[in-house]
Amino acid sequence: MRAARSSLPRTIAAHAVLLTYTLIALFPVFVVVVNAFKNRRAIFNEPLALPNAETFSMIGFETVTSQGNFLLYFQNSMIVTVASLICVLLFGAMAAFALSEYRFKGNTLMGLYLALGIMIPIRLGTVAILQMMVASGLVNTLTALILVYTAQGLPLAIFILSEFMRTVSDDLKNAGRIDGLSEYKIFFRLVLPLVRPALATVAVFTMIPIWNDLWFPLILAPGESTKTVTLGAQMFIGQFVTNWNAVLAALSLAIVPVLVLYLIFSRQLIRGITSGAVK
Amino acid sequence: MTALRLENVTKAFGGTQVLHGIDLTVEDGEFVIFVGPSGCGKSTLLRIIAGLEDASGGKVFIGDQLVNATPPAKRGIAMVFQTYALYPHLSVKDNMALGLKQAGTPAAEIEARVGKASSMLSLDQYLKRRPAELSGGQRQRVAIGRAIVREPTLFLFDEPLSNLDAALRVNTRLEIARLHRELSATMVYVTHDQVEAMTLADKIVVLNGGRIEQVGSPMELYNKPANMFVAGFIGSPQMNFLPADTSGQGGATTIGVRPEHLSISTEAGDWAGRLVHIEHLGADTNLYLETKASGLITARVFGEVHHAPGTELFASAEPRHLYRFDAEGRTIAAV
Ligand SMILES: Nc1ncnc2c1ncn2[C@@H]1O[C@H](COP(=O)(O)OP(=O)(O)O)[C@@H](O)[C@H]1O
Ligand SMILES: [Mg+2]
Repeated sequence: MRAARSSLPRTIAAHAVLLTYTLIALFPVFVVVVNAFKNRRAIFNEPLALPNAETFSMIGFETVTSQGNFLLYFQNSMIVTVASLICVLLFGAMAAFALSEYRFKGNTLMGLYLALGIMIPIRLGTVAILQMMVASGLVNTLTALILVYTAQGLPLAIFILSEFMRTVSDDLKNAGRIDGLSEYKIFFRLVLPLVRPALATVAVFTMIPIWNDLWFPLILAPGESTKTVTLGAQMFIGQFVTNWNAVLAALSLAIVPVLVLYLIFSRQLIRGITSGAVK
Repeated sequence: MTALRLENVTKAFGGTQVLHGIDLTVEDGEFVIFVGPSGCGKSTLLRIIAGLEDASGGKVFIGDQLVNATPPAKRGIAMVFQTYALYPHLSVKDNMALGLKQAGTPAAEIEARVGKASSMLSLDQYLKRRPAELSGGQRQRVAIGRAIVREPTLFLFDEPLSNLDAALRVNTRLEIARLHRELSATMVYVTHDQVEAMTLADKIVVLNGGRIEQVGSPMELYNKPANMFVAGFIGSPQMNFLPADTSGQGGATTIGVRPEHLSISTEAGDWAGRLVHIEHLGADTNLYLETKASGLITARVFGEVHHAPGTELFASAEPRHLYRFDAEGRTIAAV
């Protein structure tokens, strides 16, 4: 039977393209994870081979767990990522609501100003940020990182969320006002649930760069007690000798939390990305 | 007693003036309909009455209270929207109850009022459903129920039937008329559909370009339109407007005649024209005549009439059914 909208060759071609892309995207992750379970010689001799009885080794993970405070680093990364994520989503959504819902002088200008951060990388301001953190005594605290990441994530969040919030029916908000809901209740109870897919999209796009960032932890919080996972993993990369087992093991472990967060958001994410296209 | 009074209400969005000084009085228990073409400011005026939009100037009184600075929830109004605007995450019952809960009404009383409204609208079996599980007509009934439970002094409707299909529209229209009788409530209703306006209203307010063109009962507007705009807007098919000199009407620049007041003859009449199209509606027939002197004329005759397109026909009107308009489009009173 032939369906009107699809043909077998075309379906095969589409899936071939998608599969190829998936393979390319997953390959580095695969190599990292596979080699994390091999001994040092095997990593260099046959980097693509799966671990077998001879080459299997947990030495990397042992090094990671015995050396340094990896549990602490994980905790730091988690705290920074989750706290920044909450700040970005909460404040971003509130700003987006104000921009899309209320008419006030300078509304457009404010929107442009808040979106400017999308085009100007925050790292350009590193020196000034460092000076501010030193002046306020926040160097080597997680607070410093949370503040910087919140600032970094807000522009895109506001941009995306205000577009989505414009699509929420005015009548619905007005019905809420007539029923006596406060503006906060309208925001939290009516609008936020309706833009949930957009929130998930923003969450993923915000979370991954924060988790992976090396720059700001290195500059603002390099102290032992505030190290993040990515920074912690660097201690195995020496100028002359690199403990590849440990590096790969640390990176493999670092994938897990993002993966978990991603899976939490992904159902919503897919709806968010496709909602414009397939409405 | 007056239920609603507007004094010189104006509204501008940025530089655009949308309402140019609206004065209006609505009596207790009246069903008032704002009608006018799309974009004329009907919804804006309704939102100003509801308090969802601030007037740029003028005063709004509900009952005898000046409400310019009163938030919507405290104005004693309820509103029904074109898009239903039901809370998607709440059940039908909670949708109706939310406003009362916010106002701190005791649970027993909420229960009683929701029960009364839902039986009035035959929504009893749907109380536990979400809005997504209802049809369009049911959703609009829930929205109406949500308005009823608030027991408002003033009901506001913004094109409540526009999203419904033709059959449901008639049913819901009847339902709203019945509610108006049963609740003897004051209702202000916005529509662009003159049929809705004619069938429901005690009083019609015709708006155009942010100004009131005329206020009156449906029959007043039909029989004594104040100007060409009202004459053209009320009545379907639209009134024919003909240059006055072609028929020798002194004083007027334009004369108007409704399609239903024209009679058709094959032999003689006031206007000669070629039949370009004929529509059979069963109960009556619409004929479109292309005249040399005055362009297209529509005639609506009772019953079934058969003429082949292309036939030369004559249309005539009784003088008492002619409307005369001056150069500004104002009606010239009959002498
Ligand atoms: N929030 C707004 N900002 C700017 N212009 C508006 C706004 N709301 C309505 N308008 C304008 O006011 C006019 C009247 O709108 P509206 O009251 O919705 O018309 P109607 O309900 O009669 O179709 C329209 O020209 C519309 O473009
Ligand atoms: Mg409207």
